[in-house]
Amino acid sequence: MATVELTNIKKIYAGGVEAVRDVSLTVPNGSFTVLLGPSGCGKSTLLRMIAGLETITSGVCKIGDRVVNEIEPADRDIAMVFQNYALYPHMTVYDNMAYGLRNRGTPKPEIDKRVREAAKLLAIEEYLTRKPRALSGGQRQRVAMGRAIVREPQVFLFDEPLSNLDAKLRVTMRLEIKRLHNRLNATSIFVTHDQVEAMTLADQVVVMNAGNIEQIGAPGEVYKHPATRFVASFIGSPAMNLMPGKVSDSGVVETPGGKLPFDAKRFSASGEVDVGVRPEDIHVSSGSNGFSFTPELVEELGATRLLHGNFGATPIIVAIPASGTTHENREMRLSIDPAAVHLFDRNSGRSLAR
Amino acid sequence: MVEHRGLSRVIPYFVLTLGVAIIAFPVYLCFVGSTHPQHIVSNGQMPLTPGPLFFETYYKTLFIGSSGSTREPVSTMLINSFIMASIIAVGKIAISIISAFSVVYFKFPFRMAAFWLIFITLMLPVEVRIYPTYKIAADLNLLDSYAGLTIPLIASATATLFFRQFFLTIPDELVEASKLDGAGPLRFFWDTVLPLSRTNIAALFVILFIYGWNQYLWPILITTRDDMQTIVIGIKKMIVTADALTEWNVVLATAMLAMLPPVTVVVLMQRWFVKGLVETEK
Amino acid sequence: MQKRAIFGGTSLPYLLLLPQLFVVAVFFYWPASQAVWQSFLLQDAFGLNTSFIWFENYSELFADAGYYRTMMTTGVFAVLVAGLSLSLALLLAVQADKSIRGAGVYKTLLIWPYAVAPAVAGVLWIFMFQPSLGVVAQGIRAMGWSWNPLLNGNDALTLVVLASTWKQISYNFLFFLAGLQSIPRAVIEAAAIDGASPTRRFWTIILPLLSPTVFFLIVVNIVYVFFDTFGIIDAMTQGGPSKATETLVYKVFFDGRLGGNLGSSAAQSVILMIMVVGLTAVQFRFIERRVAY
Repeated sequence: MATVELTNIKKIYAGGVEAVRDVSLTVPNGSFTVLLGPSGCGKSTLLRMIAGLETITSGVCKIGDRVVNEIEPADRDIAMVFQNYALYPHMTVYDNMAYGLRNRGTPKPEIDKRVREAAKLLAIEEYLTRKPRALSGGQRQRVAMGRAIVREPQVFLFDEPLSNLDAKLRVTMRLEIKRLHNRLNATSIFVTHDQVEAMTLADQVVVMNAGNIEQIGAPGEVYKHPATRFVASFIGSPAMNLMPGKVSDSGVVETPGGKLPFDAKRFSASGEVDVGVRPEDIHVSSGSNGFSFTPELVEELGATRLLHGNFGATPIIVAIPASGTTHENREMRLSIDPAAVHLFDRNSGRSLAR
Repeated sequence: MVEHRGLSRVIPYFVLTLGVAIIAFPVYLCFVGSTHPQHIVSNGQMPLTPGPLFFETYYKTLFIGSSGSTREPVSTMLINSFIMASIIAVGKIAISIISAFSVVYFKFPFRMAAFWLIFITLMLPVEVRIYPTYKIAADLNLLDSYAGLTIPLIASATATLFFRQFFLTIPDELVEASKLDGAGPLRFFWDTVLPLSRTNIAALFVILFIYGWNQYLWPILITTRDDMQTIVIGIKKMIVTADALTEWNVVLATAMLAMLPPVTVVVLMQRWFVKGLVETEK
Repeated sequence: MQKRAIFGGTSLPYLLLLPQLFVVAVFFYWPASQAVWQSFLLQDAFGLNTSFIWFENYSELFADAGYYRTMMTTGVFAVLVAGLSLSLALLLAVQADKSIRGAGVYKTLLIWPYAVAPAVAGVLWIFMFQPSLGVVAQGIRAMGWSWNPLLNGNDALTLVVLASTWKQISYNFLFFLAGLQSIPRAVIEAAAIDGASPTRRFWTIILPLLSPTVFFLIVVNIVYVFFDTFGIIDAMTQGGPSKATETLVYKVFFDGRLGGNLGSSAAQSVILMIMVVGLTAVQFRFIERRVAY
């Protein structure tokens, strides 16, 4: 097991496209770190640079105590699970898992032992003699993981490994990856664009956008205290409501929909800001408190209910517990907890939290 | 599919059967002719049913040879054809697959130039450079040798393009997985690319074997000795002499023997044949 | 046209290309350049005297009525073979594409002539149509028609066309069948429900959708007639009688034979090269989708 340390990593492609700009990141030994971001944000490129599949334009990549910038992928002591699994179609499951060990000259009995152990761990023992095409998507996924496990690498790299599975299987495999990590305790770096995967799997979430790291933190942290407007809008579903506002005097921000109170102790804000409120932080108020709201559309999700409407000129979404009935186009009163209001700098997009 | 009703249902069977019959007729006549005595075939009185001399004619053709122009028995020619077709097919596949591997999986100066050099040979069939090519082969002492029969034909833009096309469909992740598994380029080629190319190689082999077997112009130029003749040119040499001397029954038996191997390959390996034919044209 | 994940290595890629490039250089480019060079030379029959004569070989060719006749013959030959073999193959393919029993067997029985060498095909057909012993020739004569491909140029050309067509039907058939099978069934069914008769469906739906295959095959058939019929002609007529079946390629071969007129032969080669480049360019108009650079 090893720590992965990235210092000022940059990737500029031949055409001049900057895929990763100046990223520094420490993946602690034994942690499960998830690189999260929309497609094209540079997360896969970053992972592939750690794997050695892409060259590093500048910066230093360390695995354990070794600088690996110039080391071949095979010699970095890492294993990778690919999005499309990249199983060798002409080899049996057993050979797929054994191939990397054979290339390294591992003794036969040792290979056999490791393959069988991994197969047992992943419950694919009965498929060892099959070819990949005779397996289901979930089974292929297991083989791909088995191929990584038998190598007993310092670091596991996952490149969106669940995105080719159907929704139900994805949940199952997610749990299994989590369980596996708890058991092997191996340093893992996992790339995904799915925030649910990120939140459920990670010890440490790295939110990326446009080649930069927006925030590094525990899943609860990035949700509760987004460091930037991008993180605020990217994490959480439905997304955080954002609207322009102006801090008039301490504790109150004026928005097109009306004045909102905020926890002045937490922010050092003045002037033009962006105001963010999560849909679940807006509540139905009793009596005449709060502001008036007319839901134009009501989505019933079972446990919760989403109300779509306008706050001032800004379309907002409100998530409330699904009790009683809510009528479309009937005015109601809502209130916002001042402690749940986020403020971001209008220009830089950074959180104004102290 | 729109099902047909009534009389129109039999039309396809009728048309196809007629087509098959017309296409097979020349070969049937050829077979019939090869089983009758020479004088019956030559005087134009040949019946339309097989005659009694099947074994005699084929034995003579294979092991003694026509008593007229050619002194070599056809079995020698068959062996020559077989060797030539095999070397051409295997050689073309071998040098094309490594060329394609090189241009697809490596980055190096003059990569595109090399690719174009191979590609442009599509426009230089042997027919447009007959005598200069012959002269080179002669200067290199390749006349009347298997090397001379095969090496000048062994470059293949078609096969190179075909493999290149196929390699481009192999997912990049497979290369990456191989790299992580510690495989270098040659090991990746041997352990992954080659096994994955099996059906493509089979398809190409069928097409190229037929191509090699049926070569005509080049063997005519490059061979002077009778014992180096291939069956396709041997057969022609049997009928160039004055008409009356042509041993038609032997000629026809030779024709049957010349058709047998490639036609068998097409029929038995039809799946690969069709794949090879259709996909190499892409 | 390249992979994202590529291998390093400096000499290996060149080593892998070496065998092919060697063959290509020695047996393709060098002879081709020699052909171009020779087309500017005048050489006596013994190769003792050589003089550089610029374009004289070419101007002689273009002043020679015989060369035009050969071009004409090649053109007529190409049109007849392409027309006949394409229409017969299409007829057969359309029938084989219908939901009939034993379609696979019919397919097998129709494609094997592809494997027959052109020269052997020539022998088969000359045997049937040889005036003194051919079974079919006797049938024709019994009907009172005159038939002698050994003496009559038109008869000879007919015979060569028939043999060449016979050999090419299987190739065209396969491509037509593949083309027909790639037409979505639903489109044809929709046309049937729209009230189009089978004949109308063929002309208004199937043939237009098949047109890329048709164009592709026309080019391939022309190339076939130009180059691959050499064996058929050499086995059947040697270009005769009196050059009635001489194609451009056959003339290159014939004129240069035994050191005859190498300069003219080379000039004809160069003209052929230009034609091939043209044909290849046309061909690539249809397949450029597949070969992306």
